[in-house]
Amino acid sequence: MYEFNYRRASSVSDAVASSGQSDDASYLAGGMTLIPVLKFRLASPSDIIDLAGLGELKGIRTENGAVVVGAMTTHAEVAGSSEVRQPIPALADLAESIGDPQVRNRGTIGGSIANADPAADYPAAVVGLGATVHTNSRTIGADDFFTDMFETALEPGELVTAVSFPVPDRAAYMKFPNPASRYAIVGVMVSQSGEEVRVAVTGAGGSVFRVPEMEQALAVNFAPEAVAGISVSADGLNEDIHASPEYRAHLVTVMARRAVAAAG
Amino acid sequence: MTLTVTMTLNGESVSAEVEGRTLLVQLIRDHFRLTGTHVGCDTSQCGACVVHMNGQSVKSCTVLAAQADGAEVSTIESLAENGELHPMQQAFKDNHGLQCGFCTPGMVMSALDLVANNPDPGEAEIRDWLEGNLCRCTGYHNIVKSIAAGAQAMRS
Ligand SMILES: Cc1cc2nc3c(=O)[nH]c(=O)nc-3n(C[C@H](O)[C@H](O)[C@H](O)COP(=O)(O)OP(=O)(O)OC[C@H]3O[C@@H](n4cnc5c(N)ncnc54)[C@H](O)[C@@H]3O)c2cc1C
Ligand code: FES
Ligand code: FES
Repeated sequence: MYEFNYRRASSVSDAVASSGQSDDASYLAGGMTLIPVLKFRLASPSDIIDLAGLGELKGIRTENGAVVVGAMTTHAEVAGSSEVRQPIPALADLAESIGDPQVRNRGTIGGSIANADPAADYPAAVVGLGATVHTNSRTIGADDFFTDMFETALEPGELVTAVSFPVPDRAAYMKFPNPASRYAIVGVMVSQSGEEVRVAVTGAGGSVFRVPEMEQALAVNFAPEAVAGISVSADGLNEDIHASPEYRAHLVTVMARRAVAAAG
Repeated sequence: MTLTVTMTLNGESVSAEVEGRTLLVQLIRDHFRLTGTHVGCDTSQCGACVVHMNGQSVKSCTVLAAQADGAEVSTIESLAENGELHPMQQAFKDNHGLQCGFCTPGMVMSALDLVANNPDPGEAEIRDWLEGNLCRCTGYHNIVKSIAAGAQAMRS
């Protein structure tokens, strides 16, 4: 790791101001991605601004019928929260499927979505449940937040403060995990809220994406058979030692079918 | 730039001058000379470095020492009392839950976090919990047995 200046922010505005004053600052949340990145010297920020002291970014509350999760809320807290599990079991299950207990004890929802790893789980929840991302300066709709591999709509220095999830009528998340890390080789979140159906896929492409053909079919008939015959093209999907683009395309249909079955 | 980190380490208030980039595991091992906490991978995978921070198990190779400022940290050295092994340590010994022993401190610290969440974990839950702890020797069966036995000893 290269040397950097470390400081703990005392408030959201202090964090944003410190970031603005630095040439190259990075926010630190759980550190489960950033610290490995620093160790590999893939990044060399001059300043690290730790968000750990910001109580205003922590915790889960219900507001206007939506479940609002503070950016610094850990995966373990989301998984263990009855305020999440009771209205949106799919979201609690997703958080519980991330990495291992120690990663879940430290890693946060804000860090996960800001990082926008193509194999991360939370992007499927944000897009698949039609969530809204709150930042220090604005709100960003789920469909506009993830723009590319490791890229989001966040401006430099913009800080995620919370994510609000509307409560769906039903939803489920199914993932085919990498057996070592538990990152998604393919993960699919399916939800239905009244007339609206969302099918969001993570792990398969450079960034999370929706499958409109499956959404339309499910809007007519919310049953596993409705998506069993629908596949996505393998063109442009991710390729690595774990899975070929064709295999990932195949998994999208399988995981979508299982998610619909689980959503009941 | 150096900074002063103050924490409660195994029940004692300690402080040290560290760089921003100093890892918690480096502080524990190199500065405080508590070498029971191991570094296996240094890439957040193996769990040999697991300690408790504010009551939760964490991978100390993936926490900055500065992040632990003000925290309560406990390591494997905090468990034995008056030369007597903690019931979880004794269970690992009795059930052949270790061979080379390199992964053991992390296994024990991780297991204690599990037992704090559930005093009577079943086999499937124990295996699932060990997702972040790698052992290259035992094949895990005896570790799972040890944790079940350790949990039972702690209940009685
Ligand atoms: C062994 C291992 C296994 C893992 N398995 C999985 C898995 O199965 N599924 C999965 O989804 N993830 C997995 N992860 C990643 C994990 O979920 C991380 O916790 C997460 O990706 C990053 O969250 P963090 O809080 O640790 O963020 P950090 O590492 O602290 O930060 C990540 C990035 O986000 C930025 N950032 C952080 N917070 C904010 C904010 N509030 N506003 C703006 N920018 C911010 C930081 O500047 C940094 O660039 C795994 C990680 C490890 C080490
Ligand atoms: S040394 Fe920390 S996880 Fe391997
Ligand atoms: S006993 Fe050797 S690594 Fe586990």
